Amino acid sequence: MTFLPKPKLHHPGLAANTLGFTRRDYEGTISTLCAGCGHDSISAAIVHACFELDLPPHRIAKLSGIGCSSKTPTYFLGNSHGFNSVHGRMPSVLTGANLANRELIYLGVSGDGDSASIGLGQFAHAMRRGVNMVYIVENNGVYGLTKGQFSATSDKGAKSKRGVVNNDEAIDLVSMAMQLGAGFVARSFSGDKGQLVPLIQAALTHQGAAFIDCISPCVAFNNHVGSTKSFDYVREHNEAVNYLDFITEREEITVDYAPGSVEVVKQHDGSLLRLRKIAGDYDVHDRAAAISFLQHRRASGEIVTGLLYVDQEPDDLHGYMNTVSTPFNELVEADLCPGSAALDKLNAALR
Amino acid sequence: MLLLPTDIRNPDYFHKVVDCQWACPAHTPVPEYIRLIAAGRYADAYMVNWESNVFPGILGRTCDRPCEPACRRGRVEEEPVAICRLKRVAADYKGDISARLPTPATARNGKRIALVGAGPASLTVARDLAPLGYEVVVFDGESRGGGMIRSQIPKFRLPEQVIDEEVGYVLDLGVETRFDTRIDSLKGLLDEGFDAVFAGSGAPRGRDLVLPGRQEAAGNIHIGIDWLSSVSFGHITAIGKRVIVLGGGNTAMDCCRSARRLGGTEVTVVVRSGFEEMKASPWEKVDAMHEDIPILNFLVPKEFTHEDGRLTGVLFEKVRAEIDEKGRRKLMNAGEPDVHMPCDDVLVAVGQENAFPWIERDIGLEFDRWDMPVVDQVTFRSTHPKVFFGGDAAFGPKNIIWAVAHGHQAAISIDLACRGEELQNRPPPHVWLSSQKMGIHEWSYDNDVSNDLRFAVPHQDKAIALADIKAEVELGFDLKQAFAEAQRCLNCDVETVFSDAACIECDACVDICPVDCITFTENGPEAELRTRLNAPAVNLTQDLYVSGPLKTARVMVKDEDVCLHCGLCAERCPTGAWDMQRFLLDVAQAGSACSKH
Ligand SMILES: Cc1cc2nc3c(=O)[nH]c(=O)nc-3n(C[C@H](O)[C@H](O)[C@H](O)COP(=O)(O)OP(=O)(O)OC[C@H]3O[C@@H](n4cnc5c(N)ncnc54)[C@H](O)[C@@H]3O)c2cc1C
Ligand SMILES: Cc1ncc(C[n+]2csc(CCOP(=O)(O)OP(=O)(O)O)c2C)c(N)n1
Ligand code: SF4
Ligand code: SF4
Ligand code: SF4
Ligand SMILES: [Mg+2]
Repeated sequence: MTFLPKPKLHHPGLAANTLGFTRRDYEGTISTLCAGCGHDSISAAIVHACFELDLPPHRIAKLSGIGCSSKTPTYFLGNSHGFNSVHGRMPSVLTGANLANRELIYLGVSGDGDSASIGLGQFAHAMRRGVNMVYIVENNGVYGLTKGQFSATSDKGAKSKRGVVNNDEAIDLVSMAMQLGAGFVARSFSGDKGQLVPLIQAALTHQGAAFIDCISPCVAFNNHVGSTKSFDYVREHNEAVNYLDFITEREEITVDYAPGSVEVVKQHDGSLLRLRKIAGDYDVHDRAAAISFLQHRRASGEIVTGLLYVDQEPDDLHGYMNTVSTPFNELVEADLCPGSAALDKLNAALR
Repeated sequence: MLLLPTDIRNPDYFHKVVDCQWACPAHTPVPEYIRLIAAGRYADAYMVNWESNVFPGILGRTCDRPCEPACRRGRVEEEPVAICRLKRVAADYKGDISARLPTPATARNGKRIALVGAGPASLTVARDLAPLGYEVVVFDGESRGGGMIRSQIPKFRLPEQVIDEEVGYVLDLGVETRFDTRIDSLKGLLDEGFDAVFAGSGAPRGRDLVLPGRQEAAGNIHIGIDWLSSVSFGHITAIGKRVIVLGGGNTAMDCCRSARRLGGTEVTVVVRSGFEEMKASPWEKVDAMHEDIPILNFLVPKEFTHEDGRLTGVLFEKVRAEIDEKGRRKLMNAGEPDVHMPCDDVLVAVGQENAFPWIERDIGLEFDRWDMPVVDQVTFRSTHPKVFFGGDAAFGPKNIIWAVAHGHQAAISIDLACRGEELQNRPPPHVWLSSQKMGIHEWSYDNDVSNDLRFAVPHQDKAIALADIKAEVELGFDLKQAFAEAQRCLNCDVETVFSDAACIECDACVDICPVDCITFTENGPEAELRTRLNAPAVNLTQDLYVSGPLKTARVMVKDEDVCLHCGLCAERCPTGAWDMQRFLLDVAQAGSACSKH
């Protein structure tokens, strides 16, 4: 039988969060992606993160472009708002939605093709404007949906499944995001939920543009020898600078760590990020050093993962534009139309 | 100590995963017959049962069903699959299966076997041995076969024609019957030159309650199992209006419900223990209460009251349960006045005992200090090399399905003994394991998990049922209900089989599993590992399936406990590291004459 719905029955010990929802309540319909696709693991990580953060599903909006990756919002958060936009245009649709209603939690899901090719300009402006969102690129190095052409994040020298070598330079979205002013930048791997889930939680609670580049092997077109986005290659070259524990205000830190090996970052909503450092001298608050570190490691063929940069005093588009705290979609005519007396006054001032 | 990779070549491993089959004393391949019912193949479903448990129509109405509390479905929702009542469906709708039964042996092997008693234990031995060429002679003091199935179980639970049919299938295999013949000397029987004797004589004696007034009121105090057999054989057709049944087991339930049908308008069950501790199966209690029979607990009978040689009632002491220093439950006087309950008749159903007046104690057959024969738990041989025991006669009163299971094992032993082989060399089970994959998302079994809750079996209208002691109360599922109930089965025999070498650790199976069975993690000692799986594995009776080390040096650990056997892990796996394979296990039987797989 084809594509059965996932059985409703669940583990008898399945926990509920403070809203009374179980993890299963954050799932979507069953995925139609290829069996084993890294994108499905990222969907599962998003489900875990939202469940553990006790997010009310109806307060989340998930937006995407076009591609296998952009299809995934159907497969998670089935009770949230969704918008599947056109190719590469997720950032502008999301920016508009965010301006209209600043109170929702915005999750933009995109692919390396969607964001690094057709949508590169859109990606850049969402980052530099500091749109309050989580921007996840499910990065498989190919256009999966159109049968595996190299994408712009494909490494120079990488081989396609049929043996063709990619001669173009790869775009590194992580470095770009940092340069463009994103307040939260991370890279992770779909095959490492221990690292990915807390990163998504931290990104969801970060104010401003939070970017996660998540390497996500395409089992159909990019998981062969010669690929630099395969399970084996990523596992061999993964250089994690840190692991993160996401701690809500309610939870206490009880575990003892060797001095200097742990750093606690407090976010504006009160939640804490406990960084377990692996590369001891890596400073997540130094944007310039981070960019340089990434360039060096990339040159030696390593894939740096972890929380790479976080702004300790983040702000977002609404802050820059000094908008009212009431969402625009709740402003009524009386709020928006100051009346003819005010207009006369304004006109007079311009004479 | 790290866990070693699971040895799935040991048949017990996957057998245990099929909880129902593992729990069934005769190890009936339950999901196999349930699928056949869903496919409308009732005769095939019946034959799968018949091979394993010999009495599908009888058991489908009366089995103690140890499989159901074990059923995995009961751990993922409210109730187990109605395994037992589906068995009855197979029997009800099978049509004529006579052509599929073995035929009497055409040649004898020269060995003669005597079976004492024609209950389910003996009949199982007969069924297994007769087709192999053994000359099987069944003796019973009664005039027909069936044992307590015929003499004790009331006809409103088990109609006579079902007994006739299934006892007939066995006797038609060329079994010689000597009914109305009570054996009064084992020595005499052995002297007749039998190569083996099987004692399937049951536990025939009902326990009495010796209390003041017992003698004087004897005319209206009846031993439950004797009274039930008199009812079964039509010797008793009436009882007083007010009846007290003493005891809380299944016999008590049969007594009270029979009394309701023979003129008892105020029938009450009175039990020493609390309601929960009663020995009767939960469904028997429900059925009794549904027939307006109150069950009163924590009352200990003290005295039978009587007047002019007639019973007037029973005096009870009120008690309460207390846990003593050693943690045992004890009944203590509740400190309340005694209660007198007037009645016309009392049925005593306080237990059943073995009795072997026909076995001499000086023929080399040892009895223990409870006056029970010493019987080997595996071979069922007594200390006399030619004498075997099974059913209630072996280890005290149990039930039909245990009697059948004993019978199969005893038949194997008798066969081995007659062939001069070691009894300890038990034949291994027949095991098949085969992939069920038909296409990318296609399996040869229906892996769509039903969300239906357990269906209730329709019952006869109460007024009609109470008016006729032979009117069967349960009507059985119709075919629509049977299909829907069969679909509730999770197909636990379609096993998840993991291949370490193929796995690329993509997590797809972990993500899709609806019940969080699968974890990839560092190996560790079992107790510790159980605590750090995606869902903690708290059910220690269920195994962990552990792989060898994978590429990342982690292992795959699957908690078998609540796996739905939905196959989604295998559908999601990009490399075929998971496969769904049907595991069929047939317990070996003597000569395997009745197995046609
Ligand atoms: C009231 C009642 C209700 C029950 N209901 C159920 C039920 O619903 N489900 C269930 O699974 N079990 C039930 N049982 C238990 C079940 O009937 C027995 O466990 C089962 O019948 C035992 O089978 P058996 O072959 O060991 O012996 P039995 O069925 O007891 O048969 C023994 C036979 O041996 C004969 N016999 C004994 N001694 C001699 C001798 N010396 N010579 C010749 N013949 C002899 C007897 O006449 C009898 O026919 C019930 C029992 C009782 C008392
Ligand atoms: C405007 C436009 N141009 C081209 C396409 C064809 N197209 C569909 S998906 C895709 C690439 C998607 O790649 P990516 O974002 O990496 O997603 P993946 O499938 O790899 O997850 C392209 C080019 C399109 N749908 N619309
Ligand atoms: S669900 Fe089916 S196969 Fe599994 S234990 Fe229950 S009856 Fe047996
Ligand atoms: S068959 Fe596989 S996916 Fe389904 S419940 Fe079992 S382990 Fe989970
Ligand atoms: S889906 Fe298959 S390859 Fe992927 S982790 Fe599971 S068993 Fe391994
Ligand atoms: Mg892509």
